[in-house]
Amino acid sequence: MRVVVDFDLCESNAICMAVAPEIFEVRDDDFLYILQDEPPEELRGKLAEAVQRCPKQAIAIAED
Amino acid sequence: MATDAAGVVVVGASLAGVHAVRSLRSEGFGGTITVIDGQPHTPYDRPPLSKGFLAGDDDAAAIRLGGLDELDVTWRLGTTAVGLDVEQATVTLANGTLVPFDGLVLAPGAVPRRLPGTDELPMVRPLRDLDDALALRAVIDGAGGQEASAVRVVVVGAGFIGAEVAATCRDRGVEVTMVEMATVPLEAALGRHVGGAIAALHRQHGVDLRLGASVEGIDPVDDRRCLVRCTDGEPVVADAVVVGIGVEPATEWLASSGVRLDNGIVTDERLAAAARIVVAGDALRWPSGRTGSLERIEHWEHAVATGEAAGRRLAVELAGGDVDALPVFDPVPWFWSDQYDRKLQLAGRAGVDHDMEVAVGGLDEDRFVAVYGRGGRATGVFGMNRPRHVALLRQRLDGDVSVADLVEAAAAL
Ligand SMILES: Cc1cc2nc3c(=O)[nH]c(=O)nc-3n(C[C@H](O)[C@H](O)[C@H](O)COP(=O)(O)OP(=O)(O)OC[C@H]3O[C@@H](n4cnc5c(N)ncnc54)[C@H](O)[C@@H]3O)c2cc1C
Ligand code: SF4
Repeated sequence: MRVVVDFDLCESNAICMAVAPEIFEVRDDDFLYILQDEPPEELRGKLAEAVQRCPKQAIAIAED
Repeated sequence: MATDAAGVVVVGASLAGVHAVRSLRSEGFGGTITVIDGQPHTPYDRPPLSKGFLAGDDDAAAIRLGGLDELDVTWRLGTTAVGLDVEQATVTLANGTLVPFDGLVLAPGAVPRRLPGTDELPMVRPLRDLDDALALRAVIDGAGGQEASAVRVVVVGAGFIGAEVAATCRDRGVEVTMVEMATVPLEAALGRHVGGAIAALHRQHGVDLRLGASVEGIDPVDDRRCLVRCTDGEPVVADAVVVGIGVEPATEWLASSGVRLDNGIVTDERLAAAARIVVAGDALRWPSGRTGSLERIEHWEHAVATGEAAGRRLAVELAGGDVDALPVFDPVPWFWSDQYDRKLQLAGRAGVDHDMEVAVGGLDEDRFVAVYGRGGRATGVFGMNRPRHVALLRQRLDGDVSVADLVEAAAAL
């Protein structure tokens, strides 16, 4: 399970960070950082929620 | 009577309805799903209508909701539902057809209030759907043959949508007059001080902001323009008048259906209006344990979250599961608004009837954080260009926290 963010779409509103702070962080420079791009299986639920919650539909989960 | 083949019917093919469908499918509901919407358009996202789409940055394809093909849904678009019979478990369509259901999702959203006496004036309209946005965009693009600076848009009501329209128009070089009855924009939502900061922002960007004022009358000038008279200031000739004076739940068609209506469709704490009937989105009114009263929320994320919760509940109910074992619906609400280079965000609750304390930065700065509360308990966090703070402090709002502690936590971030 890999986290893919389309940074052209992302507008740094940090909704993903509120849902899954283990994976996403918007820092004070207002950029989004991915803290782990291959998160452990137990974070799947939170990651899936972040995918649904992103207002820009900028997050995807890749299985490879 | 509903038969085995009836499946789930969803009224409203927008954000809440689509998320309810996603959730039904991910919870394993394998039956048929029929989605009905009065509008002919493929489901799309509304927030860009006052932002990127209006600015011309996004086209209609860019704002479509994604992943619709995987949902295996029968779309009945351009078909309005005109009635519901709870006893018989049928929805009536405008052409008289009865659509039976085993389970029903009500997600009809909201309809904008209109300015009385303007129905005959085509240049006066709300901004709620794609057609409204296309019409306004054409005016901004100079459909009348003028340069942007020769176009004037009058915005009636400085709420979130009005303020965003004003910002997008100014960014495009269009002249804007914004008329608001309250003493500052967004006063009811954010209070006087933060509203004052937003008034200053719009004035800096050249909006002719008329506060404590209202529209007295609108008369046609020609087939394209009209003259707007306000209680304050000179009358202005407008190429478009955008009416942003709030919305009402789209529930007229449910008047004799048997579901309870009271400023929305009233449900229990797990979003059911009746057995096998769930509600989501702008039209939902549900008992929030957080506030101790019935609430209705008109935010994007709320439509997503209620869609998910309602879909899950219905899937569990249709599978014969225990719905009472599901969590009650009561997250901390969140919304955002984009105006100029500013990202406004609110987690939790705020308002003119709340106390407000600035925790980070200052009201006259580009970035600040304000904490709202009542009786010393924190109820909300507002961020001006401070997404990190709002995201982190939102989690604190889930529990009981004092204004003082939240202000301190904000300052420490
Ligand atoms: C211009 C604009 C900008 C916005 N910006 C933001 C923002 O920045 N941040 C934010 O948090 N929120 C924003 N919102 C709010 C957000 O878009 C709404 O909360 C959300 O769209 C609600 O989704 P919904 O599915 O409940 O209702 P809607 O999106 O209103 O959809 C309801 C659907 O039901 C259909 N329908 C209604 N009645 C019937 C019937 N009888 N038969 C058949 N179909 C019917 C309608 O045609 C419509 O397609 C904005 C809204 C608008 C209009
Ligand atoms: S929720 Fe989406 S748009 Fe917002 S910061 Fe995360 S990826 Fe970016």
